[in-house]
Amino acid sequence: MDTETNFIKKNPKTALELLRRMKKIRFTEEQIAEKYPEGRMRCPTHLCIGQEAVSAAVGLLLRRNDFALGTHRSHGAYLSKGGDLKKMLAEIYGKAAGCSKGRGGSMHLTDRSVSFMGSTSLVGGTIPVAVGLALSIKLRKTRQVSCVFFGDAAVEEGVFYESVNFAVLKKLPVLFICENNFYSVYSPLAVRQPKGREIYKMVRGFGCPSVRGDGNNAIEAYQKAGSAIERVRKGKGPVFFEFKTYRWREHCGPYYDNDIGYRAEEEFISWKKRDPVLLLQQKLLKESALTDSGVESMDKNILKEIKEAFEFAENSPFPSENEIGKNIYCGG
Amino acid sequence: MRLMTYAKAINEAYIEAMRRDKNVIAYGLGIDDPKGVFGTTLGLKDKFGKDRVFDTPTSENAMTGVGIGASLNGIRPVMCHQRVDFFLLAMDQLVNNAAKWHYMFGGGLSVPITIRLIIGRGWGQGPTHSQSLQAWFAHIPGLKVVMPATAADAKGLLLSAIFDENPVIYLEHRWLHNLEGDVPAGDYRVPIGKAKCLKKGGDISIVSFSYMTIEALRAVELLEKAGISCELIDLRTIKPIDWKTIFCSVRKTGRLLVLDTGVMTCGIAGEIIASVCTECFGSLKHSPVRIASPDIPTPTSYAMTRNFYSGAGDIARKILEIFGKNTETEVCGIKRPPHHDVPGEWFKGPF
Ligand SMILES: Cc1ncc(C[n+]2csc(CCOP(=O)(O)OP(=O)(O)O)c2C)c(N)n1
Ligand SMILES: [Mg+2]
Repeated sequence: MDTETNFIKKNPKTALELLRRMKKIRFTEEQIAEKYPEGRMRCPTHLCIGQEAVSAAVGLLLRRNDFALGTHRSHGAYLSKGGDLKKMLAEIYGKAAGCSKGRGGSMHLTDRSVSFMGSTSLVGGTIPVAVGLALSIKLRKTRQVSCVFFGDAAVEEGVFYESVNFAVLKKLPVLFICENNFYSVYSPLAVRQPKGREIYKMVRGFGCPSVRGDGNNAIEAYQKAGSAIERVRKGKGPVFFEFKTYRWREHCGPYYDNDIGYRAEEEFISWKKRDPVLLLQQKLLKESALTDSGVESMDKNILKEIKEAFEFAENSPFPSENEIGKNIYCGG
Repeated sequence: MRLMTYAKAINEAYIEAMRRDKNVIAYGLGIDDPKGVFGTTLGLKDKFGKDRVFDTPTSENAMTGVGIGASLNGIRPVMCHQRVDFFLLAMDQLVNNAAKWHYMFGGGLSVPITIRLIIGRGWGQGPTHSQSLQAWFAHIPGLKVVMPATAADAKGLLLSAIFDENPVIYLEHRWLHNLEGDVPAGDYRVPIGKAKCLKKGGDISIVSFSYMTIEALRAVELLEKAGISCELIDLRTIKPIDWKTIFCSVRKTGRLLVLDTGVMTCGIAGEIIASVCTECFGSLKHSPVRIASPDIPTPTSYAMTRNFYSGAGDIARKILEIFGKNTETEVCGIKRPPHHDVPGEWFKGPF
């Protein structure tokens, strides 16, 4: 693995693209947070602000036809995989042009054109689905990878163990990405998993290669996941990642909630000091891979795209109520 | 005539489907063991190889999710579980993913998986090996539920289920596996959602499915001798239900008896009666009646199960009651098997 400096020197374009993807996620979600109180995005919405690095890195590494699936908190994974921003926002606004035609909302995103196969809201729910997609890859002998994002609570679900076991047993091309942000809603790890538990170490016990990484360091995540993906693509079986990171805002909704008593403001501040977006931006500036005016134009372009996407979502029509009974079954 | 057992008919359906489409795969706990899931999966692995036919970890929930994932990429998985009860561990994947995927992502991808579940009965199967939970599945929008009673329908509905674009729950009753019937050769399909009238009659409509249809056939014969002409409708599909056939029959006969393999409360029989009352109220000459299992966990003891399940005699008695006939003398023609807890002497357990 290269140092960040060397990585930037060797791959300036990739590093810039990482930053761009993180910013796209960050700015989109900040805009969602700002507009959410207007009451027009009427569905549970989980922001990943503070956690952008991992999805940006993995999303950039995966090929267009590699499968990806996510959780209730999947704006980052969806956008990084190349999912259409307009369609995502339209979905959150409950519009017909939404990626799920208004049936799914923020928690159920999909964009088949980039093989983002779906995010769902049951903790752990997409893990076996990703393994099944990996099985299909093996059966059809295509050299794809199936990647699933999930949180630290998902490893408390039985289906996680069942899924990893099967993936290891059959040597399936799956990439398990666990973003450990220390909380399941308001419940800290301390009440959920034994003291001293390292998730990535536990997973090694199943016979699955398992790696940890700094979830606030996009370059590190990119490099580590990159070599794992190549291994997975070669048919050598699944790889598991644990990335520690931190969600800045409340579990669900647009606000900050460090004052309500389940976590300390200091904890939040210490993570905010390691803002993954700013860290990478500063690094790029320091290595002269980016200039101040470069930052400005990058931000401007991203913000313009987001503004247009919001306009699209806000102004596009709702689905007709008559459609409610459609697509219960496929083909009838 | 191509006489074969219900189990063999299922086996034929697998072979036909797997020959026709290389994307059909079959898996489940014990699928390639020496017993081959009561004979239904014997020989499949030899014919189609270990990539397409494989035993699995005891992980019902994940293996359902695996089937869902594979089906999103063009595979048609056929899973099987030796008992419905075991599949309860997979309700999350079934209900929250399989049943919803097509709808909640706006009608894009669908989940063409088939899940075979076996309903146990008798020989002390007891509280956790004999549940008949079709109502649970039928309650979920997005699922289809079939319950064939005959060997031909076992084949025809399995083939239709496998090639359906939606998740299909295929419930088979353990007491049907050894029953023989005439089974068409080749790619024989029975449409999902179509009931079958097994006997025309004018006095009362019996709506039945799965093993209860076998009991009903015996009862109908007996009632014929007592001068009551029954119309027997074998539902075959529980969801979506063939309302048209049911309503037409009840409008003709004015009377209805529904038979259910599950327990009484919130069951399929109750659902059918509710809709018949709403849709055919003016045609009814008698209040609709149902026979279902009591709202009691199935006990294990031979002694306690003696009257737990209803059979041909109970059906006949119920119908005689509806017509105000003497129930004691008329049904004595029904011979009770020597043991109430086996479908026939061939059944020696253990499950
Ligand atoms: C099976 C299930 N149980 C409970 C919930 C309620 N719930 C929604 S999000 C969440 C927290 C999950 O935490 P984690 O997996 O760490 O993801 P994070 O929210 O931290 O990103 C919970 C418990 C759920 N959606 N699904
Ligand atoms: Mg968490």
